[in-house]
Amino acid sequence: MMKYEPPLEKISVNIRETVVGHGEKALKIGGENTLPFHFFEGSLPNPPGLALEILDTEPENWAPSVLEPFEDVVSDPVKWAKKCVEVFGAEMLCLRLLSADPMGKNGSAEEAAEITKIVADAVDVPLIVWGTDMEEKDAQVLTQVARACSGKNLLLAPLVKGNYEEIAKAAMEHGHAIVAQASMDANLTKELNIALCKFFPPEKIVIDPTASALGYGLEYTFSIIEEIKQFGLADKDKMMQMPILCDFGGDCWRTKEAKENREQGILWEAITGITFILAGANLLILRHPEALKLIKEMVV
Amino acid sequence: MALKGAEIMKMLPKTNCKECGYATCFAFAMKLATGGAKLEDCPYLDPQVKAQLEAAMAPPIKLVTIGTGENTLSIGEEQVMFRHEKTFFHEPGIAILISDKGAESEIEEKLKHINTFDFERIGQKLRINLLALCFESGDKDKFQALVKKAYQTTEAALILICEDTDVLFSAAALCADRKPLVYPITNENMNVAIPKLKKLGVAAGVKGQSIDAVVSVTSDLKDAGIEDMVLDPGFKNMLEGIRDQTLIRRAALKKGFRPLGYPTIAFPCFMYPDRFQETLAAAALMTKYAGIVVWSQANAHFLLPLLVLRFNIFSDPRRPMTVEEKAYAIGNPDENSPVLISTNYALDYFIVSAAIEEGNMPAYLCINNTEGLGVMAAWTSGKFNGEAIAEFFKKYGVADKVKHRKLIIPGVAKKLVAELEEELPGWEIILGPLEGSDIPKFLSEQWKA
Repeated sequence: MMKYEPPLEKISVNIRETVVGHGEKALKIGGENTLPFHFFEGSLPNPPGLALEILDTEPENWAPSVLEPFEDVVSDPVKWAKKCVEVFGAEMLCLRLLSADPMGKNGSAEEAAEITKIVADAVDVPLIVWGTDMEEKDAQVLTQVARACSGKNLLLAPLVKGNYEEIAKAAMEHGHAIVAQASMDANLTKELNIALCKFFPPEKIVIDPTASALGYGLEYTFSIIEEIKQFGLADKDKMMQMPILCDFGGDCWRTKEAKENREQGILWEAITGITFILAGANLLILRHPEALKLIKEMVV
Repeated sequence: MALKGAEIMKMLPKTNCKECGYATCFAFAMKLATGGAKLEDCPYLDPQVKAQLEAAMAPPIKLVTIGTGENTLSIGEEQVMFRHEKTFFHEPGIAILISDKGAESEIEEKLKHINTFDFERIGQKLRINLLALCFESGDKDKFQALVKKAYQTTEAALILICEDTDVLFSAAALCADRKPLVYPITNENMNVAIPKLKKLGVAAGVKGQSIDAVVSVTSDLKDAGIEDMVLDPGFKNMLEGIRDQTLIRRAALKKGFRPLGYPTIAFPCFMYPDRFQETLAAAALMTKYAGIVVWSQANAHFLLPLLVLRFNIFSDPRRPMTVEEKAYAIGNPDENSPVLISTNYALDYFIVSAAIEEGNMPAYLCINNTEGLGVMAAWTSGKFNGEAIAEFFKKYGVADKVKHRKLIIPGVAKKLVAELEEELPGWEIILGPLEGSDIPKFLSEQWKA
């Protein structure tokens, strides 16, 4: 009989460890030197970070089953934030600055920074601050936010090719981490990281490959994350060793499958999330507290 | 592990007789190595050498089939650890567990389910066609009745789960022509099982308490001439399952370790009493290499996400799902009908075209060739920017089709507005809804030519 030797693969490099937030509740993500859940051949010092998202504006068109848990607090981002932490056990939050969206209310960068400061002061968990997804506006909004919340070590997102310089400089000056976003392409991810690392500390960068929901492009996100992790760990590419973030709650709850049934919706988001963790994601932004709870039970 | 041409060459007659159709033995060897020629084409190959070569050239993970006809499940023959390295070739089976201890009504319900379960989702048929029948009642007659019923009232492929080897094979005999998978075959029962497996010609679900234990069983079964096996190394939760299934696939693919060159089976149904947890475990175990997951739910809302996940993960990344580039006329559009634009990523097209049809307002749907990339990815890579869309307009004469000058673009493509205003002078660029499902409402409320 042939003898079986477990084909273990030891990797000599680590994904960088990034700290978000400050004080006791600061969270570390990344730091692993192996693939997700591969405790049998490497170390994964930090479980995947799981953030719940809140908006600075009352949400429109949210499916009833995802609005329901927040119904009593959506008009007030501070109450919303506190409920996520105190009732739903969120260890991290993502504040989305919809109010500043040029295609919507188009509020000023100063106002957005002000509301961010109020939320950041009201809770002690780490905060991801998500801009408007419009390059130029985000350059104004996120630099203002960086200044207003100096020292809080926020995670500012998203920085893209067209605006990373201004925002990263402000983040560095005021002690924040950043999310470098490049859409579904490992080469673009690497290019952006190289550009950032010329002046920005690599351990404060998180990669966002942009994520798609189950049934709506999930496989692209899944494979791009696996590819980036292989570059980072197997090929030891230092520019691919940053932790990876996935933001997909909104995309999931926009699908007709999530809207038509509550349980199906929760599973839609939770399965999307666990699939990205299996690919190598280090930080998820989730919308439904039940999806958060479920993923936590399975992976932490 | 695949053999190289030079290694095959050493075992050929080296007479360059040309009877195989190739000029030299070396040319034949190279062709064999890439799968372009068959060993049978060489009339002078020593039978023993032929058998050796066959064994060496076999795929590292055996293809195993269960069931018959349309419901045949083929699993195995995977070539990579990660889908981006090539693709995953065979969708795993998702089996619904039915216990003979269950209430009659529950059994009926599940059997009915498997016959009627048929999702049609944007042009893809998602089906469930595998049943795992489990002996828990202690009553042989009850189990046989269940097996008969499943065999007679469905055409599903079957897995028989029974710790009592006699009962297991008496049940297998009832449905042998359906080619069931019989489980568990273990170190303890294999001597009894081997002649029965051979006689019935059914696949063996090999169970051990560890990978080592599985290896000892598969080695003996192989020596006894049994080829079709599915492996269960006894993992008890998601974490252990990811570990064992990863190591098994690695051993087969990277080390050419034959005793583990078979697909695996996972039982989330026995691991997690909570059905949400069970579903997530099924999703994870399927993604990380199970050939079959056995799962206790027959609830459509739990099943659909799993089926869609399977479809996604096992789609071929080398061939993005695309549709043809053109200006599609949906309904019977006229010169006052709305003009929308999207990418040729098949999903985008299906969602948008279905929504337009649903809204009953005829429209032109311009599908720009983005090589299968969705809106934002295509925009980033320059395949769906102002320039590309302006070119599309010229090529397909969009301006001649309508009198108005209004273009509706995908709601996520905010960044496109300014670019298009520059590239398509005279056109008003309207940002559509974020969600495809809101298109009917959007058109009915906002469209004016």
